[in-house]
Amino acid sequence: MRLLDVMRAGPAMTVQDLGRPGHMVFGLSQGGAADREAFLEGAALLGQPISCAAIEMAGFGGDFVATVDLRIALTGAVMKASLDGDPLIWNASHAVKAGLRVSIGAATSGVYGYLHIGGGIASESFLGSRSAHLSGGVGAVLAIGDALPIGPDADLRDVGNTLTPRQRFNGGDVRILPSVQTSRFSQEEISRFEKTRFRRTTRGNRQGVELQFEGVPFSSDGALAILSEPMVAGDVQMTGTGMPFVLLPECQTTGGYPRIGTVIPVDLPIVAQAAAGSKFSFRFVEYRDALLSHFSPDQALARLRSQVQPLVRDPRQLRDLLAYDLIGGVINAFDEIDRTE
Amino acid sequence: MNPITSAQPDTLPRIADVGFGGMLVTFSDALTDAANSAALAFRAELEANRPVGLTETSTSLTSTFIAFDPHTLARETLRAQLIDLLGRRDWFAASLPEGRKLWTIPSVFGGDTFGPQLGEAAQLAGVSPDTAIAQLCETPLRVMTLGFAPGQPYLGSLPENWDLPRQTGLTKSVPIGAITVAIRQIVLFSASTPTGWRQVGQCAFHAFRAHHDAPFALTPGDEIRFVPISEADFLRIHERNDSGDGGATWEAIS
Repeated sequence: MRLLDVMRAGPAMTVQDLGRPGHMVFGLSQGGAADREAFLEGAALLGQPISCAAIEMAGFGGDFVATVDLRIALTGAVMKASLDGDPLIWNASHAVKAGLRVSIGAATSGVYGYLHIGGGIASESFLGSRSAHLSGGVGAVLAIGDALPIGPDADLRDVGNTLTPRQRFNGGDVRILPSVQTSRFSQEEISRFEKTRFRRTTRGNRQGVELQFEGVPFSSDGALAILSEPMVAGDVQMTGTGMPFVLLPECQTTGGYPRIGTVIPVDLPIVAQAAAGSKFSFRFVEYRDALLSHFSPDQALARLRSQVQPLVRDPRQLRDLLAYDLIGGVINAFDEIDRTE
Repeated sequence: MNPITSAQPDTLPRIADVGFGGMLVTFSDALTDAANSAALAFRAELEANRPVGLTETSTSLTSTFIAFDPHTLARETLRAQLIDLLGRRDWFAASLPEGRKLWTIPSVFGGDTFGPQLGEAAQLAGVSPDTAIAQLCETPLRVMTLGFAPGQPYLGSLPENWDLPRQTGLTKSVPIGAITVAIRQIVLFSASTPTGWRQVGQCAFHAFRAHHDAPFALTPGDEIRFVPISEADFLRIHERNDSGDGGATWEAIS
């Protein structure tokens, strides 16, 4: 049997794909990978369909040993990774011989790292998805001793590829569109919202992340009590304390806090990958701009596939590559960063 | 266009954009049975004649939510279709969707273990505990929406004397099957969680069954009757509850 044994587990590792849409009416949100782009990057690197589930690692990775030879790809938040002690390059695909230990440490940039396996994690599917939906009581975090089944892999030789991810691991400018209650905020409050610099706090998980800022809470027209209304990933809601909360794919399906806007799908990974302390700002954009920047998962995967390139093989250049990352601050240190998820 | 000038907050029903690929049709800003049934009927009509590019529909207490793929179904086209559909009939007077079920759920009310706040809730509702149980069991209850946790129903509407606020403090945890009250509604918890709703009873009915073929027991529009049983009967049901039905039965509403 093709199995991946979990030998060491960070506190928030789950199996994820793109989730299970279509069940909002029953109170179950789509869920799926917190950084969908990173999920698709892995599928592109391994040349496999979006149905292949991967392991999502929030903040910290784990150790894995497979019973068979396999291929892996590493994407998303950059984490210190090694194969039986030899460093593994992130944003790349690698061959892993049976019995060798893949060891993944703390994130040095971003929050959600992904370990993709050739053939995908073939754990039990529920409503068409293998994603754990922890807040919904579906699936569980991975633990030491878990043995994950792996699907059949077409071509074990197709490894040693890389792609350069879009920069999205240190906060930044996030584009939003109006949401249900945007009209309940005055133009002055909207303007102040766009000018405000926000910082991610330590509170956050796959349901959403909390932001803080200098200034008084953003207030909406409070004359009408708001009935709970449907919520979607990307919604920026103003909680009772006035702290904005940006919802992620595992959010609840309805909520009663006013929402000032909704992050466009292509920018949501910026929010998901913002580690505590990351700064960002929001900017309302025209709908057509959002339309032009949007790609379906299949379209996005095709684009990423076209960007896949062979890894540099020359060991001297390889060392340069690692040094470049260290100097460039993409991998700033291998320090354990204190993060609460 | 200024993002905040697109909505018209004061006319109902109201259509609002929800980010990139969502639209919400709101029938009322306050919960009424008529607005709830309008939202359910409007969703049923959209599901029966699904426009190409519509990816998902849902309902909240008084709104119908539509998710769509803007590359397949242009936002303005969808909006025009929704406006047209809204004008075709009086949705507040529309009958509820077909295929609904009437569930009968045996439940224990009161007692320190299964309904610890029955006395307190009854007092706030201005009735004796026995009258409270009778009102909770005799009122025709509709699944107005599912949410907060998967499969979890918000049932209503209870008589006006049940317009109780949520408690200010939270109950640390209520069990799956907890029957709780506030704001003229009952929430039947599908997951164990802290809550501000007061627990008046308990049933063994699991509204969400992960990894079952039919994970969601209830659909918005279904009706529910609670039937009071003794603690001993409840425990007997609870011990043999592999299906999660908890002794509940249903019949089709014609």
